[in-house]
Amino acid sequence: MEQTRKERIDRGLKVRTGGIYAISSGREIMYLVGPRLLLIVGILLVPLFLEFAPYWKRVVNIMCVYALLALSFDFLANYVGLVCLGGAFFVGVGGYLSAIFNVYLSIPMYLSIPLATVTGAALCTVLLLPCLPLRGVYFAIVTLMYPLLFTRVIEALDVLGGTNGITGLDGFPNQYVEQYAIIVVMLLSLFAMRRFVSQDIGLVIRGVKDNDQAVRASGINVTSIKALSVFIAALMGCFGGAYIAHLYMWAGISLFALDFSIIPIASVVIGGGGTLVGAVIGSFILVPLSESLRFFGTLRIVIYCAALTGFIVFKSEGLMVYLQRKYHQFERWVKV
Amino acid sequence: MSEDYILSVKGISKSFGGLKALVDVGFDIHAGEVYGIIGPNGSGKTTLINCITGFIKPDAGGQVFFKGKEITGWPPHKIADMGITRTFQIMRPYHSLPAFKNLIIPLWSPRAKTTGGWRGGGKHGDRDTVAVDILEEIGFERDSRVPYKIASTLPTGYQKRLELARCMAMRPEIIFCDEVFSGLSMSEIAGMLPLLEKLKMEGITLIMVEHRLRELFRVADRVMALNFGEKIAEGLSHEVIEDKRVKEAYLGSEKV
Amino acid sequence: MEILVYGIINSIILSLIALGFTLVYSIARVPNFAHGALYITTGYTAWLCMNKLVGFPYPLAIVLSIGITAAIGALIYRFILIRIRGMEISEIIATYAIGLAILEGLRWGGLRGMTFTLPPFVPGSMDILGVNIDYQRLIIGGAGILIFLLLYLFTHFNRVGLALRGIAQDERAAMMLGIDSDMTAIASLAIGSGLAGFAAILLLPLGNIIVEAGYNVLIFAVAVCVIGGLGSWGGTILASFIIGFAQILTERFLSSHYTMVVALLAIVITLLVKPSGIFGKQKELEERV
Repeated sequence: MEQTRKERIDRGLKVRTGGIYAISSGREIMYLVGPRLLLIVGILLVPLFLEFAPYWKRVVNIMCVYALLALSFDFLANYVGLVCLGGAFFVGVGGYLSAIFNVYLSIPMYLSIPLATVTGAALCTVLLLPCLPLRGVYFAIVTLMYPLLFTRVIEALDVLGGTNGITGLDGFPNQYVEQYAIIVVMLLSLFAMRRFVSQDIGLVIRGVKDNDQAVRASGINVTSIKALSVFIAALMGCFGGAYIAHLYMWAGISLFALDFSIIPIASVVIGGGGTLVGAVIGSFILVPLSESLRFFGTLRIVIYCAALTGFIVFKSEGLMVYLQRKYHQFERWVKV
Repeated sequence: MSEDYILSVKGISKSFGGLKALVDVGFDIHAGEVYGIIGPNGSGKTTLINCITGFIKPDAGGQVFFKGKEITGWPPHKIADMGITRTFQIMRPYHSLPAFKNLIIPLWSPRAKTTGGWRGGGKHGDRDTVAVDILEEIGFERDSRVPYKIASTLPTGYQKRLELARCMAMRPEIIFCDEVFSGLSMSEIAGMLPLLEKLKMEGITLIMVEHRLRELFRVADRVMALNFGEKIAEGLSHEVIEDKRVKEAYLGSEKV
Repeated sequence: MEILVYGIINSIILSLIALGFTLVYSIARVPNFAHGALYITTGYTAWLCMNKLVGFPYPLAIVLSIGITAAIGALIYRFILIRIRGMEISEIIATYAIGLAILEGLRWGGLRGMTFTLPPFVPGSMDILGVNIDYQRLIIGGAGILIFLLLYLFTHFNRVGLALRGIAQDERAAMMLGIDSDMTAIASLAIGSGLAGFAAILLLPLGNIIVEAGYNVLIFAVAVCVIGGLGSWGGTILASFIIGFAQILTERFLSSHYTMVVALLAIVITLLVKPSGIFGKQKELEERV
């Protein structure tokens, strides 16, 4: 019997350092820039296409928020090695803080969102600090507990509006500001994160995931590196929360809801962990899907979880890695 | 009190539950020396390194001085920042990074930033180039693909060198080498020896934990022997190997 | 006096909840975030057996539902976790996702509202040392202590139990001695899930079967285990007594809303003071040096 094996050949001209590409022709440039351009232009044009479907414009906003959260989860899990089971914690802290700034302290919206982002991220980092020197399981456990706990505390103490939440936040002046604010921030974060993880500091962060002992032996404080990473991830999460609070003009305990934790995780796993773009693509697939399944109530969560488990077990590389491979390499069967 | 020595260790003990891994071990090392630590399996060699470099806290009573300054119980990154670094017995490179990117991390460290690191790579910006330079110095062929390969795919010999390179990049004063020869072929060891000589020439103090005695004795100035966590001999290498207790530890007691 | 009696009962409840989680973590090294889901599943299965299907007698329903839960635990390991063994991130996400899927699936499937209850084993109450206490709580206390004893005997004198302990201490060494690590992991998940089910059967008659209880159980189990030291059995029991009494005290002097806050505070304080937990093995944190 004739035996064959699959051979994979690189399409592009990749120089050995892996970072520098030899650009020889317009076709080559298109090959490299094309996919990025497609993503950027595509997402920027979407609001114009949806001019006649205002409901779906909202969905696009939410989708971008989830993309941000997924980015933050992907960064923490696959670059730093910390699994955050409670993305909702970041969202809740950001949302409540911007509500406090905007409603109680009457700081205008364009200041309260950035302010809530930064102070919220700092607050999250401080709260998560105790579990950072420990192994990853502890981080997962504590992040799982925090959102539930904050809900209980707010209910029990009846602070910050209690179960009713804080109402009367400023809304966005018009639809376009509302929409492009989140799209631009999302795209900027995506490309900034991609750049960041390939910088030297990004390498150090990846080193912590690979082998924290060796990083310690190199004279670098692993805990402060982890704290920095959590801060960066929390920045994205808190911005998402602050944005949502202003979008709905309301901050309540549903900001700590399960959806904000589980959909980003599912997006990352389905989109492909460790690629960052995969996280965004994953949420572009999942969120509209979830919106169309709204009718089924909590069955949605069951569906994500099933998809999540399936992908983890059977296709752990995720869609994006698969697509990247197909794009950059062609495969053929050769005789052995 | 002990300014003459670059490193002096006094009365280090460590017990894990009931097991006494180290009992009152102490030694002093001059700057620029190559000091060997030998002993049978489980005699506490690696535990000793872990205690000195801060990865394990020694039991109360022990003291470690670096240039006369007490560093007992400091966290590992601070000790490394002083200039005491180590290799690991089980090689664990940053497995998802290419070999030369492995050196970016020590070159980025606070110590490399202040001292400049090896060849000043921590100060001037282009760490990638310096990293490849260091790898060339340590025996990675520059024009081959080796420095650019993912670290976990490298053969053992290269991974051991990478461990050393990671220490070198920080421009340390003391390197603890935890069994750098183990698992290497004779020719690989032969390639490693000049490298260690070179580090010695650069004025770096080497403390080597080894099983391969013959190779160790070619580079080591002084040797200490451990058995069941206790120091049983110290001195020039031929003295130690002739010591009765060392022979007993390795070969068993004569009177059965 | 009331504080003492209820404190002890509450502590036993907590340790019953946490025991399954600890057992799975110490043997299979899997943090089983589906623990709370398995707990609720048992309660719901028992309810179904009694009320929807032919109306099984109570004891039969109990045995059946615990058995089913144990089987679910074993199946989760056999078909899902076994493929991602050792990849910590995937293990956490997978068990969490399974747990959520079960809980939210039950909620969608109709587990809402207050209609789902299990009857107490023996209705009524009695006075002990001047404290009025219902029989169910007494049974919980007794059964809890019985379970601890049985587990102790099982792991110290039974072959399977000894194999489990062997794997927990040193997986590779145990494998060399001919203990199948996958089989023991399956067994540990089955026993751990069975314990979750047992706790459910004992505790659910005190309240309603609601999905939220699943989340609470998971949180309390995790809290107790973190404080006691992940994977340490003695620590688990000690920690549940600490939290148990702390909760009763806060309930008594503040308000019952704060019980959850107490658990969190305990975790944060533990992590700050002694990260590996009360009885946690230091090795855990410093391993691989």
